[in-house]
Amino acid sequence: MSIEKLTALEIAAKIKNKEISATEVAKHMVSQAVKTKEETGAYITVTEDVAIEQAKAVDEKIANGADLGPLAGVPFAIKDNICTKDILTTCGSKMLYNFEPPYDAFVTKRLADSGCVLIGKTNMDEFAMGSSNETSYFGEVKNPHNHDCVPGGSSGGSAAAVAANGAYFTLGSDTGGSIRLPASFCGVTGIKPTYGMVSRFGLVAFASSLDQIGPIAKDAADCAAVMNIISAYDNMDSTCLDIERPDYMKSLENNIKGLKIAVPKEYFNGADEDVKTAINASLKQLEEMGAIVEEVSLPVTDYALAAYYIISSAEASSNLARYDGVKYGYRAENFDNLSDMYFKTRCEGFGDEVKRRIMLGTYALSSGYYDAYYKKAQQVRSLIKDAFTNIFAKYDVIASPVYPTVAFKRGEKTSDPVKMYTGDICTVSANIAGIPGISVPCGFGKDNMPIGLQLMANAFKEDVLLKTAFAYQQVTDFHKGI
Amino acid sequence: MNYEAVIGIEVHAELSTDTKIYCSCANKFGGEINTHCCPVCTGMPGTLPVLNGKVVDYAIKAGLAMNCDINKNSKQDRKNYFYPDLPKAYQISQFDLPLCKDGYIDITVDGEKKRIGVTRIHIEEDAGKLMHDVTPDSSLIDYNRCGVPLIEIVSEPDMRSAKEAEEYLNTLKAILQYINVSDCKMQEGSLRCDVNVSVRPVGQKEYGVRSEMKNVSTFSGVLRGIDYEINRHIEILEAGGVVEQETRRWDDGKGISVSLRSKEDAHDYRYFPEPDLMPIIIADEKIEKLKNELPELPHIKRDRYMEQYGLPEYDATQLTTLKATADFFELVIAAGASPKAASNWIMGDIWRIMNEKYMLIEDLPFSAKQLADMIALIDSGTISNTAAKQVIENMFETAKDPAVIIEDLGLKQVNDESEILSIIDTVIEQNPKSIEDFKGGKGNVAGFLIGQVMRMSKGKANPQTVNKLINEKLAKL
Ligand SMILES: [Zn+2]
Repeated sequence: MSIEKLTALEIAAKIKNKEISATEVAKHMVSQAVKTKEETGAYITVTEDVAIEQAKAVDEKIANGADLGPLAGVPFAIKDNICTKDILTTCGSKMLYNFEPPYDAFVTKRLADSGCVLIGKTNMDEFAMGSSNETSYFGEVKNPHNHDCVPGGSSGGSAAAVAANGAYFTLGSDTGGSIRLPASFCGVTGIKPTYGMVSRFGLVAFASSLDQIGPIAKDAADCAAVMNIISAYDNMDSTCLDIERPDYMKSLENNIKGLKIAVPKEYFNGADEDVKTAINASLKQLEEMGAIVEEVSLPVTDYALAAYYIISSAEASSNLARYDGVKYGYRAENFDNLSDMYFKTRCEGFGDEVKRRIMLGTYALSSGYYDAYYKKAQQVRSLIKDAFTNIFAKYDVIASPVYPTVAFKRGEKTSDPVKMYTGDICTVSANIAGIPGISVPCGFGKDNMPIGLQLMANAFKEDVLLKTAFAYQQVTDFHKGI
Repeated sequence: MNYEAVIGIEVHAELSTDTKIYCSCANKFGGEINTHCCPVCTGMPGTLPVLNGKVVDYAIKAGLAMNCDINKNSKQDRKNYFYPDLPKAYQISQFDLPLCKDGYIDITVDGEKKRIGVTRIHIEEDAGKLMHDVTPDSSLIDYNRCGVPLIEIVSEPDMRSAKEAEEYLNTLKAILQYINVSDCKMQEGSLRCDVNVSVRPVGQKEYGVRSEMKNVSTFSGVLRGIDYEINRHIEILEAGGVVEQETRRWDDGKGISVSLRSKEDAHDYRYFPEPDLMPIIIADEKIEKLKNELPELPHIKRDRYMEQYGLPEYDATQLTTLKATADFFELVIAAGASPKAASNWIMGDIWRIMNEKYMLIEDLPFSAKQLADMIALIDSGTISNTAAKQVIENMFETAKDPAVIIEDLGLKQVNDESEILSIIDTVIEQNPKSIEDFKGGKGNVAGFLIGQVMRMSKGKANPQTVNKLINEKLAKL
């Protein structure tokens, strides 16, 4: 078995036991990243020099007998909307085509301090807006399982890189499903933590009240190992929670007896048969393992999508206003005056999908429309939170599909934005309520494309999700990959 | 027709915290261009604001000093607009839940008390500064001021004249300086005003259409601007015209206001709650603690000076405008001086010499005790008032105790009657003509003789004793 197919924990063990040096692994994975970039477009930047330098430092420490963390020497990649000091951070946009931040994101620093080896920055939908990774200025990403299909978005590069064995794990960001959806489409495991568990410092904002960074990896155990590193209090993010975090690795117990799982029927409306079949089979599997599965109703789900697109677009319209050509990134070449510079820079620098959301959000916040849209959406948000609170009073976990279909064909939905948006029906609620959600590979559907099972839990219950996914992966092979 | 002006003022005051409102950059005026800024205050992608707790404390103090209710559940909002000095393209401010609301400031105009309502006080961040004259065909930006904490103090439209506006601003400035939350240096832009003016016929209840003058940076500009606007509005109305609701700019050099934008062009700031910051929750204990930290405020101190010390209103106001002056004054009294004497010396010779030397009261070389000692020496007759003026001058130079200076300069007053009598005898001897004049019932001979005696004693003879002895002498003639 070639080393790129190992999990992050497996390769880490080999490096720790000196079976292989971190530098050798880094060199091999850099070439894998280059290959993945060529074949699928999953990478925007491969950071060979940084990788070799970081790997050498790890080898030196191991030689000196230092006790490094459980992922020391493991090559990984970061979504290109997470800041990496002096390394291109484009957000998949022409607007930031040349932007090299003078600072690291909190998570970037945590992983570097833990001896993880950065091999590159992954492709994404422009400013994380999209469900198919077709809106990047640096080209679309292909699904490693079938190059004619999309990898899902917006962290399509991050999921594709793991699925194609082009990184042991990656970081993604999830605003309305952007970790879980591509994880589902690419047959890998991805978790969106509770809002506030992982610092957003250095994550280029799309929708501040919804954005959350999380890991995408080959299995739940790797996700837990990454969570142990990135989930920590950070005083640079006022929304980051100052609470004790559990040891997620210790929560990986192969026992889910008595776990109560709610299955909201609304999440199956419009789902394809192959998806329903796979999800039902996985629920049966969980039942056999001792879980109690019950159907419930979450009627407020019907309003989640509208609330999500209003809130996220409103926040985005404000967050993206700073890209005006004045300070960094793209500036139009020819302009007559200040407002002409603003106009041309933003017309030329942003793609269509980003412009669409900025307009939508600007409209929703405009005086005279604020109450009807933004305020109403916030009211729906409280209702959704309440509905989840009620469910979690009785159940440990909510199970559902991640997406109504398997990965669709590239170009299939690009001409119909609303059709694209409606696909996010199963994932947006977790962001609106701020609760954690995980996508676990649970089967294959049409054209043998992967299907993901979504599990959601109450706030701070990442450990329950990781434990459930871990137990499930002990008895299934769907996550074993390409 | 007789018109009445209606004036409301929004004051932006920079708070004097050590660091900026959302990052750890130094909150300092000036400095090399773009050296007091960081990725956070320049709004670089991925950076996040973290609220400086001191800013909240300072704003609450200002609110308490202006008799406001404190919102225990407050939040921050984004005010969205494009301008190059605003790097995030939104200003973090407060929209519908300001920290402080429903307060007032009492002012006194021409001896009449008036209460001016304070609608609200909220916190927000300052923007950078554009520099238009450095390069010929472009503008440069200095972001040093970006993220400097501000409070915006919004008054009710309760003022009716420039004079009232002046009193309101003076009182407000004195309060902010007293509670030590802003240095209020207008020349450094740490106090800026937006002024709303409208006029209406006397007796009419409804307000007239108002114009707003933005960003007036001197008090005199505010006052001249108000008078200019009042006249402009009246002229329009008198000519049968309609005042337009608009935003104007005060051109201090030309002494006129010019239109910036009309109501139709008004910005839609699309306020919404700042999602990067948590709500501001304020505990009762905190409010109580800040309340206890407040010093006696200037107008209360002024009233007390009038009542307790019997000072005239003018003196009481002058002495209480700056806290440092009031503190010094009270120390002088505590050291035993009479309030009126202390007031006269501070507002007289001491201020005159301070002005000549561009000196602040904090920088006086002598202590309050030394000044009280000098006043005591006058009261005891050790020195005359005239000599005391010399002593004060010398205290500025040497900071020596007044008793030592009197000794050094030989300024001690001569009270000994026999000593003074011998001088009087010499003077009478030298001025036989005045005695003849006196006998002939002519002119103010006593005054002349007293002057001569004082001159001969080099000003040291006790004038009362000289006066008494001369009159006795003349009576015996
Ligand atoms: Zn700063």
